[in-house]
Amino acid sequence: MRRRFVKHRLAVCGGLVVVAFYLAAAFADFLAYSDPGKLDAQRILVPPQRVSLWSAGRFSPHVYRLVRTRNPETLVLDYSADRSVEIPVVLFAHGYPYRLFGLFPTDIHWIGTRGEPTESSLFLLGSDALGRDLFSRLVVGTRTSLTIGLVGVCISLVLGVILGAVSGFYGGIVDLVIQRVIEMLRAIPTLPLWLGLAAAIPPTWSVTSVYFTITLIVSFVGWTELARELRGRIMSLRHEDFVLAAELCGARPRRIMFVHMIPACTSHIIATATLALPTMISSETALSFLGLGLRSPAISLGVLLNGAQNIQAVALYPWLISPALPTAVIVLAFNLMGDGLRDAADPYA
Amino acid sequence: MTHRVRSAIGPVARFICRRLAIGLLTIWAISVLSFTIIQLPPGDFVSNYVARLSQTGGVGTAEDVARLRADLGLDRPAYVRYVHWAWNVLHGDFGRSLDLERPVSELISERLGLTLLVALGGLFFAWVFALPIGIYCASHRGSIAEYVLTVIGMVGMAVPAFLLSLFAMYVAFRYFDVDLGTVQSPQYLDAPASLGKTVDLIRHLILPTAILGLGAMTRLFRILRANLLDEIGKPYVVTARAKGMRELALIVKYPTRIALNPFVSTVGLMLPQLVSGSLIISLVMSLPTLGPLLLRALLAQDMFLAGAIMLVLATLTVVGMLISDLLLAWLDPRIRLQY
Repeated sequence: MRRRFVKHRLAVCGGLVVVAFYLAAAFADFLAYSDPGKLDAQRILVPPQRVSLWSAGRFSPHVYRLVRTRNPETLVLDYSADRSVEIPVVLFAHGYPYRLFGLFPTDIHWIGTRGEPTESSLFLLGSDALGRDLFSRLVVGTRTSLTIGLVGVCISLVLGVILGAVSGFYGGIVDLVIQRVIEMLRAIPTLPLWLGLAAAIPPTWSVTSVYFTITLIVSFVGWTELARELRGRIMSLRHEDFVLAAELCGARPRRIMFVHMIPACTSHIIATATLALPTMISSETALSFLGLGLRSPAISLGVLLNGAQNIQAVALYPWLISPALPTAVIVLAFNLMGDGLRDAADPYA
Repeated sequence: MTHRVRSAIGPVARFICRRLAIGLLTIWAISVLSFTIIQLPPGDFVSNYVARLSQTGGVGTAEDVARLRADLGLDRPAYVRYVHWAWNVLHGDFGRSLDLERPVSELISERLGLTLLVALGGLFFAWVFALPIGIYCASHRGSIAEYVLTVIGMVGMAVPAFLLSLFAMYVAFRYFDVDLGTVQSPQYLDAPASLGKTVDLIRHLILPTAILGLGAMTRLFRILRANLLDEIGKPYVVTARAKGMRELALIVKYPTRIALNPFVSTVGLMLPQLVSGSLIISLVMSLPTLGPLLLRALLAQDMFLAGAIMLVLATLTVVGMLISDLLLAWLDPRIRLQY
């Protein structure tokens, strides 16, 4: 299977992108050079900044100090660079404290500024309506969105594998009921369902409980595909010799299913799960984008896009739409990788 | 299924009955589900209403609150309210929107047309473009055009619709100076129906339907292409080619017919996605479909309205799936025998 997957060029590219994104998620706090939650009334809606690499013929990356003015006619805030003050940008600078992997306390970030606090002088992708650095929020938001996808897939894996296996193994009335339930769930347009469930979350709940509820909601619909896929596989394995042998040895149905049959379809399960992940990520993003999913102070790609909801914001502050790009890339990469995995798992499908 | 009992009715009638029964059951389940979802949030419309009232300086006494609750029937247990609600719905009475203070049926019928137009427009778009693209990709395997189309297709399938519409709005606003956040140009807003108004409406709807249909189209053309590729190698195609039939006529006339099945069979599964997609696209582009209304109703806990919208949308989807199932059974006798 691995050889077949490696031959699939696009799928391998997708896989590499996915790995890169998860690495970035693991080191999110290291990559975020500013505290993603720090408000700064003096730095509202700063446009993306350029880092100049050369200073007086020498290599010394720097940014210029931002000067804030208000346009007297349109009352729009303008930021201009004060060319006389260079703020050097250095690698592995000290910034806000955090715990790497939640374990090691440190305050080292991949870049930072010297002389002035990073939070008020460095804005690679600009800042949002509350003066928070968009790049740092983007990195941390990616971590949230990616983990929601993973946790959601795990939950729907458990549901889908158990129900799918039971349905395929026993057949008959059990199969009929489970299949009808799946059919019903698939007939309901998911968005109104999600919206309804998400709207039911009390606004007073903490960030963590909202996070887990959203994950549950997203996986509530996701398990059906997996259950169908697995049911088909289990049904075709039902009359294989090794299953018969296990039955003759007196193994109980549960043992046959979980020890003998499900491991035989691991590759299918992995492929389907990979294809389910992007759906989860994009549904979380969509929900939060509409303001019904995660809410501030939680940071996810959808929460960030929430700021880009109306056309005026998009037209005046186009950098607010930048979280759309990583979302699109990660979803695409997952799809490519999942397609390749499926082809590798089952060349005849 | 086994044929233990020989029924008096024929297999086709049995198939239709079976489908109808499942459809009805689904609609019932949906009604329970939407009612439950509406009941889930803590507090009800009255507590929300009182909170809003006190924010704006009004005062609601405890008796007022109790009377309002009794008027709305909120003091009775949930299952009584469900039966009451379902009974009324069966008689065509969806109740009144508590928030907008108008009959729910009126609010929904105002916006249902455009919702269906966008969703079906997306389906139409998918069909019209998937057919030629699928045939082209299957017959020109390995060409650069095929590669480009496949990549575009991947993007269309993978990138969520609301992101695409955000991008499209930005590009349209930035580079073409078109504001897509409307469904009608200002001069036609209050104008009576006319040819100009219809054309204007269609012009505004092209982009949303195209974005909506893109994902479905990609899925369709990939299936079509795969099916065609399977067929193209078969002996009857080789025979026809050996007899000197023109390539295009050959492909369109024989293998395409066989490969066309997914066009009908996937409609059923595409419908829920199209409905969801049309809702979220209209939320982004602020089209006056049911999407924005649903969001508003959910946020205000306007339970009759939200429940009715969910029920109507799901019912329409189920009916659509039913029609596509029956159509498929009519087109392809093999399907009938499976049930």
